[in-house]
Amino acid sequence: MTDQTQSVPQSRLSPTRLVGVLAFLVAVFVLVPAFIALTGRWDFYYTLTSVALLSVAAAGVWLTFYIGRINIGQGAYALTGGYVSAILITQYGVSFWLTLPLAGIFCAAVSVLIGLPILRLRGVYFAMVTLVLTEVARLTALALPVTNGAKGITSIPLPGELSILGLTIIPDFATLANPKLAFYLMAAVLMAVTYLVLWRIVNSRLGHLCRSLQQNEELSASIGVNTAMLRVLAYAISSFFGGLAGAIFVAISQSIYPSSFVVQDSVNFMLYCFLGGLGYVFGPMLGTLLLYFGWDLLSVAKQYQLLIYSGALIALMLVLPNGVLSLFDRKGGRK
Amino acid sequence: MTAILQVKNVTKRYGGLTANNDISFDVAPQEILSVIGPNGAGKSTLFKQIAGFVTPTTGEVIYKGAKISGLPPHKVARMGVVRTFQETTIFKSMTVRENVIVSHHLRSKASLLGFFFGSSQAKADEVEFGKSADDIIDFLGLQAIRNELASNLPQGHLRALGMAIGLATQPEIILLDEPFAGMNHDETMRMVALVRRLRDERGLTVLLVEHDMPAVMKISDRIVCINFGEKIAEGTPSEIQANPRVIEAYLGSEDAAIGM
Repeated sequence: MTDQTQSVPQSRLSPTRLVGVLAFLVAVFVLVPAFIALTGRWDFYYTLTSVALLSVAAAGVWLTFYIGRINIGQGAYALTGGYVSAILITQYGVSFWLTLPLAGIFCAAVSVLIGLPILRLRGVYFAMVTLVLTEVARLTALALPVTNGAKGITSIPLPGELSILGLTIIPDFATLANPKLAFYLMAAVLMAVTYLVLWRIVNSRLGHLCRSLQQNEELSASIGVNTAMLRVLAYAISSFFGGLAGAIFVAISQSIYPSSFVVQDSVNFMLYCFLGGLGYVFGPMLGTLLLYFGWDLLSVAKQYQLLIYSGALIALMLVLPNGVLSLFDRKGGRK
Repeated sequence: MTAILQVKNVTKRYGGLTANNDISFDVAPQEILSVIGPNGAGKSTLFKQIAGFVTPTTGEVIYKGAKISGLPPHKVARMGVVRTFQETTIFKSMTVRENVIVSHHLRSKASLLGFFFGSSQAKADEVEFGKSADDIIDFLGLQAIRNELASNLPQGHLRALGMAIGLATQPEIILLDEPFAGMNHDETMRMVALVRRLRDERGLTVLLVEHDMPAVMKISDRIVCINFGEKIAEGTPSEIQANPRVIEAYLGSEDAAIGM
């Protein structure tokens, strides 16, 4: 027995990794605000906030990919989360900060009910059912009285003050001189926490079990993994992220309509994961950034925007089937 | 003998097709028992029912006095009855060692939340799994390919890896699905020796489904022969070889020779 034990992932936070994480945090929380303050491009805040939130939802989709399921239904949970937050704020006067976890938990609970039957499906069958989910969510929002139909819910107040024992932790957004910056910071913090959680899941035993599920469900069951439970658990975590992102989107736009998240959004979440790389925890984050900005930049191409965009996507998938992050993967293996 | 596993009147029907009809036999502790039969005789269906992948239409499987038929596979595995698969069934994009480590799942004492937050129990588990995985890898002689990706392995190693995955769950009964399929004579003999060691050194009870008659005759303590879903014979290798119904079943089918 020699020193092979070192390959056990005891703690993967090596110095280089730590530097990477610090650089990332500095870039997100210091460099970006400094850059925007210098150039005066305040509109970037909205774009970057969207990227951060979309990448939170995409992180959820990525986790369902990690158990071997193609999830094209995240839009349904983003919409549900948004409505839960909007209804709680406008009709019950609940604080926005409390509705955030509630929206996530509600979505997770719904996804358990939906997931129990549909997670038995595999491959394209599961994908097809999830594709329908977004449409079901939209039609439900149109039909239910509590969601106010096609008129949606508007004039939702900005997030209020969050204080614990009289100590103000987050000030009332309405009193801020620059709520855009506040939203950006909130979304960025959420994104950082989400990916920390995701990274931890993937590198703990839970992640190893998810991988075993992805690669062979029957074998996974025969080594004693409760596959049905694990699938539902991963799907619930995924939907939790979706609901969370949806709730913050609603707070930013201060309104929600049944068409706030449509099938196109669900498809995009999946594309972000594909583009970034399904084998990399931070793939969906990079994928979201590239695709979202890429789409914006291509607007100079006017009517050819979609043509170039989709052409580039096809080319990328042909050249880099394992995602953009595989470019940096010198070892040629995973992670 | 007191049986460790009892198959009692197991019948499985798929619509009008009867895959298994009223099959019964007992398995003694630390016995090597082979289930043989022509293609389509219902051997795999029987195995799936023992391992919990398929629920019998009627009849039951009793393990140490408790009924296990109808339980989901992960519960059956938890009780100590584990099925290994044919060579393609492994975790392809993990290394050999990762394959074996992840298969220790049943032995983890920490909760999933504990693993998430890295509790001390979780860390202790990981260390223990690593040690045990190395033991199993050494036992099966896979040291040289320990850190090789499973998808890069040749067939013989895959078979051994499948066995390593099964062993990692610490079963009392291991079900081997065609462990000798596609192997040449030397490889088969090595595998026969290995299966014997599972029993002799690790104290396992071994059930196997196999087509390779010379190997079956060599390795088995007892043999159960199935044809058209029914048990037609049960006994020691020499009894089976002399059984007229077995000979008829094999001569009656195209591809098989009983091979003696």
